[in-house]
Amino acid sequence: MSLPATPSQTIGPFFHMGLDVPGTERLVSADHPGAVRIEGRVLDGAGDPVNDALIEAWDAQGARFGRCATDADGRYRFLAVKPSGGSAGGAPAEAPHLNLSVFARGLLDRLVTRIYFPDEEASNAADPVLSMIADPGARATLVARSEAGFLRFDIHLQGEGETVFFDL
Amino acid sequence: MTTMAPASLDADRPPLLYPPYRSTLLRAPKRPLIVLPPRLSELTGPVFGEGQIGPLDHDLTRQHAGEPLGERIIVTGRVLDGEGRPVRNTLVEVWQTNAAGRYAHARDQHPAPLDPNFTGAGRCLTDDEGRYRFVTIKPGAYPWKNHPNAWRPAHIHFSVFGTAFIQRLVTQMYFPGDPLLDHDPILRSIPSPAARTRLVAAFDLTVTQPEWALGYCWDIVLRGRCATPMED
Repeated sequence: MSLPATPSQTIGPFFHMGLDVPGTERLVSADHPGAVRIEGRVLDGAGDPVNDALIEAWDAQGARFGRCATDADGRYRFLAVKPSGGSAGGAPAEAPHLNLSVFARGLLDRLVTRIYFPDEEASNAADPVLSMIADPGARATLVARSEAGFLRFDIHLQGEGETVFFDL
Repeated sequence: MTTMAPASLDADRPPLLYPPYRSTLLRAPKRPLIVLPPRLSELTGPVFGEGQIGPLDHDLTRQHAGEPLGERIIVTGRVLDGEGRPVRNTLVEVWQTNAAGRYAHARDQHPAPLDPNFTGAGRCLTDDEGRYRFVTIKPGAYPWKNHPNAWRPAHIHFSVFGTAFIQRLVTQMYFPGDPLLDHDPILRSIPSPAARTRLVAAFDLTVTQPEWALGYCWDIVLRGRCATPMED
């Protein structure tokens, strides 16, 4: 038996009442060894902040999950750790990364992207997923930038510097 | 390694750019998505437990001192994978307007009354048959500014995790017979009419409880490529 999947619909602008639980932006506690703050803004094709997006982060290696709604500036933040890289079922090893789902008003389906880490140049260069992206500029949209005390990962939904998104 | 998604799937999925839904215009990516073969990251997902669910989280009519106004309903169904197998113990989250079509949300400016006895948010875990069940009131239609005289049909927002990142689904459930369904660009963004009907619940007299509440059934089918990824 094969059943057709239920179609996606937009999360809309009012998801906070159901999904925005305080504290869930922390994948680890603040005193966790190696805890790193990751933050960024979600921007639309006009460069304006998207203040009604929900970002979910999945650390598959550590089995850790977090979720954060963007604020008035389009900003989200997570507290996470850099996962160990790894492979499954004989697949080539992947560089450490977090998996992101992006939901927003105006997105009829979620967008999927990844955050890679800037201090992993060698493993990023060998990563089988990053290697699928021919354009170095596009590939760079998936690597967070190191800032004082945190990592920045902006999500450009459309246009200049558009983030690479995946179809699973 | 980059491949295009099969065309047969496309008619069942809303495109990211759908101009009749204006908010897609500046938010839909313009570059093609990169097809990602599922790996560990995509074949695993967060697990939630009973500890995260309150005893009244599934009953939106009992979260305040009094009962909310509106038509009391039961909404139930199964979460299944593409092979028809139940997806057990998965988190289902819902949110909706009150009976007047107003969200209990600071940004909702629709001049319809708030109901002090209704928040409109619920959550539960599916049981061993993949079944979820909510008691709530029927949400109302409401106007929005997408186009002149635009109204959203009554709907309940659903968020479902499944067992893997690839299965994550956020969608909306609609009610049968609603005349607004034919005029809603969000629903109509799904190209296939048959696929649209899969978002419409069925009235069910066997779920309906005499003298108490109308029953609606709605099954949710998650993408099936990897329903039990860790068994392989």
